[in-house]
Amino acid sequence: MSLGDQLLQYLFTGITIGAIYGMVALGFNIIYSATGIINLAQGEFVMLGGMMMVYLTAIIKLPMVVSFFLSILIVTAIGAAFERAAIHPLKSPSVITLIIITVAASILFKGGAMFAWGKHTVSLSPFSGEEPISVLGATILPQTLWILGIMAATVALLILFFGFTLTGKAMRACAANRTAASLVGINVKTMVLLSFALSAGIGATAGIIITPIALMNYDRGTMLAVKGFSVAVLGGLGSNVGAVVAGFIIGIMESLGAGFISSGYKDAIALVVLLLVLFLKPSGLLGSRERAEFKKF
Amino acid sequence: MGRKNILSLLILAGVILALPLGLGNSYYLNVLVFVGIYSLITIGLSLLMGYTGQISLGHAAFFGLGAYTSGVLSTKFGVSPWLALLAGIFVTGGIAFLIAAPALKLKGHYLAMATLAFGYIVFIVFNQASSLTGGPSGFGQIPRFRLGNFLLRSDVHYYYLVWTLVIVVLLVSLNIIHSRVGRALRSIHEGELTANIMGVNTAKYKIQVFVLSAVYASLAGSLYAHFITFLNPTPFGFHFSIVLVAMVAVGGMASVWGAMIGAALLTILPEYLRAFQDYDILIYGSILLLIMMFLPQGLFAGILRLIKKER
Repeated sequence: MSLGDQLLQYLFTGITIGAIYGMVALGFNIIYSATGIINLAQGEFVMLGGMMMVYLTAIIKLPMVVSFFLSILIVTAIGAAFERAAIHPLKSPSVITLIIITVAASILFKGGAMFAWGKHTVSLSPFSGEEPISVLGATILPQTLWILGIMAATVALLILFFGFTLTGKAMRACAANRTAASLVGINVKTMVLLSFALSAGIGATAGIIITPIALMNYDRGTMLAVKGFSVAVLGGLGSNVGAVVAGFIIGIMESLGAGFISSGYKDAIALVVLLLVLFLKPSGLLGSRERAEFKKF
Repeated sequence: MGRKNILSLLILAGVILALPLGLGNSYYLNVLVFVGIYSLITIGLSLLMGYTGQISLGHAAFFGLGAYTSGVLSTKFGVSPWLALLAGIFVTGGIAFLIAAPALKLKGHYLAMATLAFGYIVFIVFNQASSLTGGPSGFGQIPRFRLGNFLLRSDVHYYYLVWTLVIVVLLVSLNIIHSRVGRALRSIHEGELTANIMGVNTAKYKIQVFVLSAVYASLAGSLYAHFITFLNPTPFGFHFSIVLVAMVAVGGMASVWGAMIGAALLTILPEYLRAFQDYDILIYGSILLLIMMFLPQGLFAGILRLIKKER
C-alpha cells in the first residue's frame, strides 16, 4: 500500500469512528441544552444499545430490524426511567450533586449490564455483507456506509424535530431560556424527561451500529462518554452542527495518530484535545462567544 | 482549631494506639492500613470539594503519580524510599500546579471533565511508558521503608507509620480550615464572585488547595507503593477516582472527619461484601446514588439533621 492509500484508509476509519463520536456528542448536547446537566452516563446508553441488540438478535433470536428498533425503544425507556427516578425528584441540586448522581447512574448501568450479560466482549454480524468495497486503493466495510447513512438519517430527523414540530420547538425554547419557556406555558419538566429519552435513544442507535465493527463490552461506556464529551466541547457545547463536524475531526485525528504515531496513545488524543479546548477556548469551534457568556464554564 | 477538634484528635490517637492490641489478626490491621492510606487522600479531597466546592474526578492520578515516582525511583535508581516519597510529592505537586492554573478557571461540569481527562491521560501513560512503569503488568520488588537500621516489614509497623501521618495531615488540615485561609476557601464555595469582591484572591486559594490535596494523594501513593511493594496501573484508574469521590460524599463533604469515616466505610464494607465479588460495583453505585439523592450533605450530617428534626 502506498502512503496515499494508507492515508485514505486511515481517513475512512476516522470518519467511521468519528460518526459515532458525533452521535454521542449529540446526546450530550440535547440533555445539556434542556437542563444544563452534563450526563456522564451518556456512554452507558451507547453500551446498553449495543449489548441489548446483541442480546435480542443472538439470544432471543429476533430478526435484525425488529431488534434494532426494540433495542432503541428499550434504552430510550431506560433513559426516561433514569430521569424520573434520579433527576426529577431533586430539589435545586448543586452541580457536584448532579455530577455524582450521573456518575453513580453510569456505575449502576455498567454493573447492571455486567450482571445481565457477563463480562465477555460480544460481537454482532454486520447489517449487510462483510465483503469490503474497494475505493481508490483503500477499502470500506459495508457497515461504514450503514453507520454514515444512519447518522445522516438521525441528524435529519433531529433537524425536522427541532425545526418543525411543536415539541421540538418547545425543547429549543427551554434550551434558550428555561424561565421564559415556563412563563409561556411550556412544561419544562416534561421537556427534561424528553431530552433524557431522546439522547438515550440516539446513544443506543450509535451503540447498535458500531458494534459490528468495534465489538461491545459492559465496560466500554466511560471511554465513549469521554470521547463524546471531548467532541461536544470541541464543537461547542449545545451546537449540533459543531458536534457532527468535531466528531469527524477527532475521529480522523485519532485514526491518523494510531496509524502514524502510536496506537497505544490513541485514546489520549481526544483527551488532550479536550483539555486544550477547555483551557484555551471553552466555547469550542462553533459555539458562539455570545451564547457562551451565559454558560457556566 | 476548637476544643472539640482537639478532643476528637486525642480520642482518635488513643484509638489508633489501642487498636492493634485488640486486633490480634493481621488481616484487620492490613485493612486498617488501607483505611489510613485512603483517608490521607479523602482528607485532601474534602478540603477541595467540601470546603472549596471544586470537584475533581482525577485524584487517582495524583495517588498514582506519587506511587509510581516513589516506586520507580527507589526500585530502578536505588533512591532511598524516604527521598523517593519526597520526590513524589514534588513531582505530583508540580504537575498539579501546572494543571490547576488553567483547570480551576473552569467550573462545575467543565472542571469535572477536565480533571477526568487529566486522570485518564495519566492512566494511559502508566500503561504505555512500559520502560519505566512495566506497562499493564507493572513491576515489583519495591523496597520498604527503613527507620535507621530498622526495616518496617510487618503490617503493624506500617499501621503506626500510616496513622501517624494521618494525624499529622489532620492537624495541618484542621489548622488550615480554622484559619483565615479556611474562611477564604469556604467563601469561594458560598459564592466566588462575592468572595472576589470582598478581596479574597479566589484563584490563588483554589490553586493552593488543589495542589495541597494532590500532595496528600501523592504521600498516600508513596506509602501504598512501599507497603504493597508492587505496582500496576489498575488501582489508579477512573474507577478509583470515583471511589474516592464516593468516600468523601458518603462521609459528608464538608468535614475532614466525615471524609475519614467515608474512607473507612467504603474500604471495610467491600471486605464484608466479598461474597458479591464483581458486583460490589452495583453496591457502590446504589450507595452513591441514594446518598446523593436523599442526603446530599453526606451520611453523618444527614443523620444528625434527621435526629435534630425528630426532637
